Amino acid sequence: MTEFTPFTSLAGGALIGLAAMLLMAVHGRVAGISGIIGGVLPPSAADWVWRAAFLAGAIAAPALLIAMTGHEIAFSSTIPTPWLIVSGLIVGVGVTIGSGCTSGHGVCGMARLSARSIAATLTFMITTGITVHVVRHIVGGL
Amino acid sequence: MPRMVTALLIGLIFGAGIALSGMINPAKVLNFFDIAGSWDPSLAFVMGGALIVTAIGYRLVLKRPAPLLDTRFHLPARKDIDLPLLAGAGLFGIGWGIAGFCPGGSIPALGLGEPAALIFVASMVCGIAATRLVRR
Repeated sequence: MTEFTPFTSLAGGALIGLAAMLLMAVHGRVAGISGIIGGVLPPSAADWVWRAAFLAGAIAAPALLIAMTGHEIAFSSTIPTPWLIVSGLIVGVGVTIGSGCTSGHGVCGMARLSARSIAATLTFMITTGITVHVVRHIVGGL
Repeated sequence: MPRMVTALLIGLIFGAGIALSGMINPAKVLNFFDIAGSWDPSLAFVMGGALIVTAIGYRLVLKRPAPLLDTRFHLPARKDIDLPLLAGAGLFGIGWGIAGFCPGGSIPALGLGEPAALIFVASMVCGIAATRLVRR
């Protein structure tokens, strides 16, 4: 079980939106994390520096949030290592072929009412839901 | 240099949002999709908050002639809904549903020092790099 957290989730979501708005206002870029990661991997994009800096900031953020506010960050993963690897590989292939993930399609693209992003978001929300249902209620957990 | 500093700060805001919202926690993500089981609707609030702010923010920002530190806005130009888009998105969802990690959730989770996040991100980076090489 995880606790239902409407207020911190809404506030956190608003911060994600603020970051997306600022990245467009300052850099003219969509805040799609899979695309930002892709641009730092070889053959890296010419503008890899801002991408690496953004990712470094995102990695540093939780520790800074804990230090500044004392907010406890819940984290729980019970998935065995082989399945983590399988999941990571599938996600990596999927977001590259599908040109985006939750942040790029689900937030930035949906906010622009992009037909491609709406179609992609509906598709991955459905396959994620089916996968979770199959894993938890048909297979009986990993 | 200004580009690097601003990107770092914006990354910090993004990561703080992921951490505060609960998107950083794979168990919470999986519970959002487990309507028949231990359902936790929190992530609808994350998506809602992010979408409202981004939609309003983009409207204001895209009225300007150009971003502050670039000559133009780099917006995806494609409009066609093709097979790779849907197949890739479908595949991504299967991976997301297995472990509860998406790219945006997993990168800040690295900062928690969680081994599961490190294993996931390393595998995801291999998947992205391999697909990019094959598609060149």
